[in-house]
Amino acid sequence: MSANDADADVPDEATESPPSEGERKKGVPRDPSRAVGGTALAEPKPPSFLATTGAKLLAALMAPLSELGALAKMLGQVFFWGLRPPYRGRIFIHCMEYVGVQSIFIVGITGFFVGAVLGLQLVNGFRDLGVESQTGSVVGFALSREIGPVFTALMVSSRAGSAMTTELGSMRVTNQIDALITMAVNPVQYLVVPRVVAGLFMVPILTIFFDVIGMTGAWLVCTKLLGLDSGVFLDRMRWIVDWKDVNLGLTKAAVFGVTVCLIACRQGFYAKGGAAGVGQATNRSVVHNAIAILLLDYLVTGIVLGEGLG
Amino acid sequence: MGVREWFDSFTGASADELRRVDPKILADPVHVRVRDVHKSYGPHHVLKGLSFDIARGKTNVIIGPSGSGKTVLMRQLIRLEKPDSGQILVNERDFVALDGMELDAMRRTMGMVFQMSALFDSMSVFENVAFPLREHTKMSQKEIRERVMDRLESLGIGHAWSKSPAELSGGMQKRVAVARSLVLETDILIYDEPTTGLDPITTCTVDELIAEAEEKFGVTSIVISHDMASVFRIADRITFMYFGEVQASGTPRELLESLNKPTMEFILASGVSRDLIDGRRND
Ligand SMILES: Nc1ncnc2c1ncn2[C@@H]1O[C@H](COP(=O)(O)OP(=O)(O)OP(=O)(O)O)[C@@H](O)[C@H]1O
Ligand SMILES: [Mg+2]
Repeated sequence: MSANDADADVPDEATESPPSEGERKKGVPRDPSRAVGGTALAEPKPPSFLATTGAKLLAALMAPLSELGALAKMLGQVFFWGLRPPYRGRIFIHCMEYVGVQSIFIVGITGFFVGAVLGLQLVNGFRDLGVESQTGSVVGFALSREIGPVFTALMVSSRAGSAMTTELGSMRVTNQIDALITMAVNPVQYLVVPRVVAGLFMVPILTIFFDVIGMTGAWLVCTKLLGLDSGVFLDRMRWIVDWKDVNLGLTKAAVFGVTVCLIACRQGFYAKGGAAGVGQATNRSVVHNAIAILLLDYLVTGIVLGEGLG
Repeated sequence: MGVREWFDSFTGASADELRRVDPKILADPVHVRVRDVHKSYGPHHVLKGLSFDIARGKTNVIIGPSGSGKTVLMRQLIRLEKPDSGQILVNERDFVALDGMELDAMRRTMGMVFQMSALFDSMSVFENVAFPLREHTKMSQKEIRERVMDRLESLGIGHAWSKSPAELSGGMQKRVAVARSLVLETDILIYDEPTTGLDPITTCTVDELIAEAEEKFGVTSIVISHDMASVFRIADRITFMYFGEVQASGTPRELLESLNKPTMEFILASGVSRDLIDGRRND
């Protein structure tokens, strides 16, 4: 029994209208079928402790799998509906603006300080080894291959991803997604595709931005505050960072971009349980994204470098 | 097939063909025939073989106590879900068997007013109503503006076109939702519990709204409700549902003859056992 199966007999929140004031005042029982309809007449025996624990354990093990299945299904739908007309240019641009342009500030700020502190730490650590001249190379290497894409994706997840989940989730619980269907507009095509595509393009672009700002931050701290030679710093950086590193970074960024938006949309799209449910979905969206980013980071690195995967 | 036609085959411009109906069928007083519709969720058998008719151009009310499956039925009628078995014949075409483009074409002839209106809160009132036109027609900006303002004005909310849905009262939101549903050539408009949770005055205006929409646009209304008072005010035809089965269906007069009103009110107020209704009907 997966978590989804367990939900099956609970009415879907999206279909079930909340008990209204009027209903309660009139004293109409919420669900008389339970009382008179002949369902569940005999009180079921409470299951044993062992059985419940076992079921819970199994559900906990199955949950990630069923979640992966749901994500795969949604990715398939995104492909299917993404390729079909109509193409809604305005919405794509709006989503790009939302994911990309509106994340510039937070990505810039974090990029600058991550670069700066990296420079500070490296110079301080390398000084003892007498290799502080290598700071530029390590900064460039780390930012372009690793820190840039991961940090950017985490920032986009917590800024744009969480907002996406909230938006789609509240659309779900207020029947707006159903309304789209009744107006013969496919909700995956209309809502999910443009967001995932925005992630695919904007996260790599933001990553480049993060790298540049981060390297600038490191360069400023190392040369202006810690007295490293600017020429050496830049020379080392140029020597070590080549296309391969940038490529690896951007590949990761693209993978993260799709993942972040897909997870965010999936959580919102299938949210249930009213406003509280949307809150939980947003929470899950950020947590799942953080896990997915770090997990995929290792996987993609392993695949591209061809080692480390056992 | 040229690129243009290929594109249109998805945007639905060519799907208008599918909607053309033989005038003979349009003369039929029955618009929708629901035949033996079943729906279960797992072991829970919610709709147990429903059959009834929806009259063309009239207000058809589906009424029944809470939990009797009205919302589930509504979701089948507009094909948010597919019934397990049975037929829903709209203008003699089986809606249940349709798929893909044909289903979408059919859906565009039906509108749905959700209980909480379900307006897109990221768009203004105008954009909400313009949405189906932008999605499904090739109207110019000017034509869209004219059509939208026409609908808004005939429903008495022309002044609110630039507002966001959150700024409107519940009754006005409902009007916008009706305008949005009527902006395409809609034949059938379904309302899910349009008056639940509204105060008595707003309830009256919503009742008027339903009648207005019907008069001005000639639509067939299907109203899902458990508000007895308003039912007898607005209904041309009533279908009484009780735990997934149709207990009675007909004009209010016919219904009152088969089940008297106090009985129905009593049933709705207390959800007592169905033996009572069965007993009454066998009298
Ligand atoms: N998605 C679902 N999964 C499982 N059971 C469901 C689902 N939707 C509805 N049900 C069950 O179907 C029955 C009928 O529900 P429905 O919402 O149609 O009642 P209703 O007549 O609309 O009542 P109300 O007047 O309270 O809105 C309920 O017992 C409900 O638990
Ligand atoms: Mg209902």
